[in-house]
Amino acid sequence: MTNHWVDIKNADLILIMGGNAAEAHPCGFKWVVEAKANRKARLVVVDPRFTRSAAVSDFYAPIRSGSDIAFLGGVIHYLLANDKIHHDYVKAFTNASFLINDSFSFTDGLFSGYKADKRSYDAATWQYQLDEQGFAKVDDTLQNPSCVFQIMKRHYARYTPEMVNQITGTPQADFLKICEMIAETAVPDRVMTICYALGWTQHTVGTQNIRTMAMIQLLLGNMGRAGGGVNALRGHANVQGITDQCLYSEVLPGYLGAPTDADKTREEYLAKRTPKPLRPNQMNYAQNFPKWHTSLMKAWYGKAATAENGFCYDWLPKKDAAYDVLALFERMYQGKLNGFVCQGFNPLASAPHKAKIDAALAKLKFLVVIDPLATETAEFWKHYDEFNPVDSANIQTEVFRLPSTCFAEQDGTFTNSSRVIQWHWKGADGPGESLSDTDIIGGLFVKLRALYAKEGGALPEPVLGLAWPYRIATQPSPEELAMEISGKALADVADPKDATKILAKAGEQLAGFAQLRDDGSTAAGNWIYCGMWTQTGNLTARRDPADPTGLGQSLGWGFAWPANRRILYNRAACDLSGKPWDASRAVIAWDGSKWGGNDIPDMRPDAKPDEAVMPFIMNPEGVARLFAFERLLDGPLPEHYEPFETPLDANPLHPNHPQALNNPAARVYPGDLEALGKASEFPYIASTYRLVEHFHFWTKHSVLNAITQPQQFIEISEELAREKGISNGHRVRVRSKRGQLVAVAVVTKRIRSLTVNGRKTHLVGIPFHWGFRGATHPGYITNVLTPFIGDANSQTPEFKTFLVNIEKA
Amino acid sequence: MAWQSLDIQRRSATTTPMPGARQGNEVAKLIDISQCIGCKACQVACMEWNDLRSAVGACTGVYDNPLDLDSNAWTVMRFTEMENNGRLEWLIRKDGCMHCQDPGCLKACPAPGAIVQYTNGIVEFHQEHCIGCGYCVTGCPFNIPRLSEQDHKAYKCSLCSDRVAVGQSPACVKTCPTGALHFGSKEAMKDHADHRIADLKSRGFQNAGLYDPPGVGGTHVMYVLQHADHPDWYAGLPQDPKISPWVGIWKGLAKPLAIGTMAAISLASLFHYIIKGPNAISKETEKEVEDETRS
Repeated sequence: MTNHWVDIKNADLILIMGGNAAEAHPCGFKWVVEAKANRKARLVVVDPRFTRSAAVSDFYAPIRSGSDIAFLGGVIHYLLANDKIHHDYVKAFTNASFLINDSFSFTDGLFSGYKADKRSYDAATWQYQLDEQGFAKVDDTLQNPSCVFQIMKRHYARYTPEMVNQITGTPQADFLKICEMIAETAVPDRVMTICYALGWTQHTVGTQNIRTMAMIQLLLGNMGRAGGGVNALRGHANVQGITDQCLYSEVLPGYLGAPTDADKTREEYLAKRTPKPLRPNQMNYAQNFPKWHTSLMKAWYGKAATAENGFCYDWLPKKDAAYDVLALFERMYQGKLNGFVCQGFNPLASAPHKAKIDAALAKLKFLVVIDPLATETAEFWKHYDEFNPVDSANIQTEVFRLPSTCFAEQDGTFTNSSRVIQWHWKGADGPGESLSDTDIIGGLFVKLRALYAKEGGALPEPVLGLAWPYRIATQPSPEELAMEISGKALADVADPKDATKILAKAGEQLAGFAQLRDDGSTAAGNWIYCGMWTQTGNLTARRDPADPTGLGQSLGWGFAWPANRRILYNRAACDLSGKPWDASRAVIAWDGSKWGGNDIPDMRPDAKPDEAVMPFIMNPEGVARLFAFERLLDGPLPEHYEPFETPLDANPLHPNHPQALNNPAARVYPGDLEALGKASEFPYIASTYRLVEHFHFWTKHSVLNAITQPQQFIEISEELAREKGISNGHRVRVRSKRGQLVAVAVVTKRIRSLTVNGRKTHLVGIPFHWGFRGATHPGYITNVLTPFIGDANSQTPEFKTFLVNIEKA
Repeated sequence: MAWQSLDIQRRSATTTPMPGARQGNEVAKLIDISQCIGCKACQVACMEWNDLRSAVGACTGVYDNPLDLDSNAWTVMRFTEMENNGRLEWLIRKDGCMHCQDPGCLKACPAPGAIVQYTNGIVEFHQEHCIGCGYCVTGCPFNIPRLSEQDHKAYKCSLCSDRVAVGQSPACVKTCPTGALHFGSKEAMKDHADHRIADLKSRGFQNAGLYDPPGVGGTHVMYVLQHADHPDWYAGLPQDPKISPWVGIWKGLAKPLAIGTMAAISLASLFHYIIKGPNAISKETEKEVEDETRS
């Protein structure tokens, strides 16, 4: 979240789209209820289904799954066409006025620079026009046809209410009513928040779904404001912590881009990731990248990392290809992986196209499962009737199961959606022989290190040289790890403005990331977490709910990254002179000499307003990007593309251009295109989703949860049920090109048919919590149905839209 | 289970007067349906606090699970899909004992002390006195009590009288994540409901209102309804609940009459015994019966 849970109560309008907060985040949803009860806030829900969130909304509109960009692009068109934007904000704080390279184009559904053979873009033509000093050229009148504002206006002119209706199926009157409600927040004293979750990410256009909303919030002037922002409601407990800590291969901790084969030397690697300012006077905070990276290397390799050896840069793995979840299982499927350590992850249940995952796991020599529960993955080799119809005799994979404790059976931290890191205390001992994850990994590491020491092997140095300063080597404690992640001074750290002033003495915990250095004098395992454990102690264990302004800014509760800041970009909550846009919801303000208020300013504290230091400090231009010239692989402006399995023959925006049917930059593996179904055989849209009664694949093991939602079901409209002769409670078979399942049918008014591109479309809703182990009735893994294809940027699988057929079982 | 007898204001099938020294404050639970997302956390909290587990049921085509109240499920969510002026509403009602001020169950109960009402308004079943006759089921205008198949005794929500007695809110209220459930004095709950109703009216629910039916003397579990003019839309919440007239007839007329009749029969039997002596069965009758049994 750019803002935080409690801050939702400050909103005037709450939009829930691409998520179902009441269902998936019932506790956080209390802040929506609070905003409605105490602020007279209105709640709007846009979803393919009338959800539990919709049940308590003021207005609900249906939408075809997979068409969110069309809807949101239509909102942008409405705001621009009706001049409902926050002009001062847009002019000052976004790149609306920036001039884009004249060779940029968008033709027949493709942006300039497309390479069809590689299914990827060269972004060379998407860049800013630069002046002699290397600064971006701007046109403050926003009239230059090459400026972002004009490009955006032209791009979304096609997204008329008629076109929105044609693509999304949302009734035009409903769409326009929502546009009006959203547009009311373009004024400084009204703010909208948007809460989304996996309903936006799990699409082949997932990242662009979210970007479209970010653009709307920027046009309305709602970013950085109390009650505003773009708010990702994270799911899995501590999934926020996992992404921050970067327990995946694409990035290093703290979202530092991981080195690739192209980054031969440390210098090359750092130079590529250390941006030059694109506008005068801007903070360009990412210029500190070398400090963050060097401190990370010192945390990892300790004394072994020296200036002379490039702080052990050579020891870092260099990516030669993609290693996301889909890429990993693709490799496994091709027989290119021998072993797999699967910790806190149940991929047989949660990765797409179960048959492929089954086949992939069967090609492993060994599989290690570290989990508190008896997961489906750990028993992928075992025959469970129709639910796991494998032939165990043909599977040679050796499976090791290491029972771990669960979160309540160990100390540690959780990072919630609000980016607040909170210490938690062990509530009970784990059962039987279970060990905490850190004890398991600590024990494994010590054994492996001994083997490397004894036998050498390929590249033993990174293992032998890894800093392992824990009191008990096989049991790194949560406190030791938290202190290491937060960071400490290895030598005295002096104030850059005054060398005689020591900010942190050697051995002391650092106060924050401003103290990190690139000369090896500091160590921090994750720069954005720096300051969570200072010389004063463990800030994540703080539980002071004091909220002096009543806006929910409890700065003494836990520690929020970065720098305990609760609302990101909060400089944008003020006008250019440093005065809050809305005094009743002030976050920070310029008091004549410095920035301050009820939050940690997201701005240099002494940056005078007339210096025009802009609020989006991580961007080298200092402003937010309506047009993204970098970092996005599938285009600088969001465009509607159909899901990879679509009921339509063509993209209504580009009916004569088949290359623009689906996201042209989404990665497709050989064989997976053939595994995609056609509407002629699989005419209905399907979507998988959560139920409030269960948590992922965990709580099916709990009797109480099983009582409240005991058995697998799917949901269809009354109309489709009539067409198919299905009654409520019947057992039905749902088939996709990849597999099938049988479940009870719930026939409901909450799902309705929509007319899309002149054709009636139906939705089959598929809740996913069942499996072949647990206290509920055994059920099918719903990912027997889903396609093995992901978002062009994040590779998050397209779980939310695919095609199926349905019949009475 | 009975706590402080000073706080009992009514006791089933009991004619001795109740203690009157202490005046209790009436409490109430307010269920704001407009803030309820049907997450069933209240159901789970209820099962956990009371240490009860229903059977793991099945999906029958609805979200309701358990499908109905039972001796282990004292509260269940009832989901209703309602089309109103072309807009869909998903009305989700937490069902359970309403704790009537004038409780039909208590009135109907023939077992002394099996049902009590405390001065705070809570109506509680004391199963150790329950004879399993099921009259409370007939007496309840909300169809709440359920007889256990295992011990043939009647069960229902106790409004966590044990928690309330020590100043805690009921387990369901304590756990409700959205704050749709409220607990406090009946007056405070009515005041809170007024605010909520004003808010709902400002959102176009012109008939929003409080459900505190006078036919049962008001209840200690109340609902804020978006459509107070149509309580029946909420999974058949009764429009104007009243204690079945049969309970009144039984208690008011039939019971004394029956008792009188029984007394008269007893007296007549006594006289008959005194005058005629014990009944004797003739040898012929005995043989006839034996023949009938054999055939």
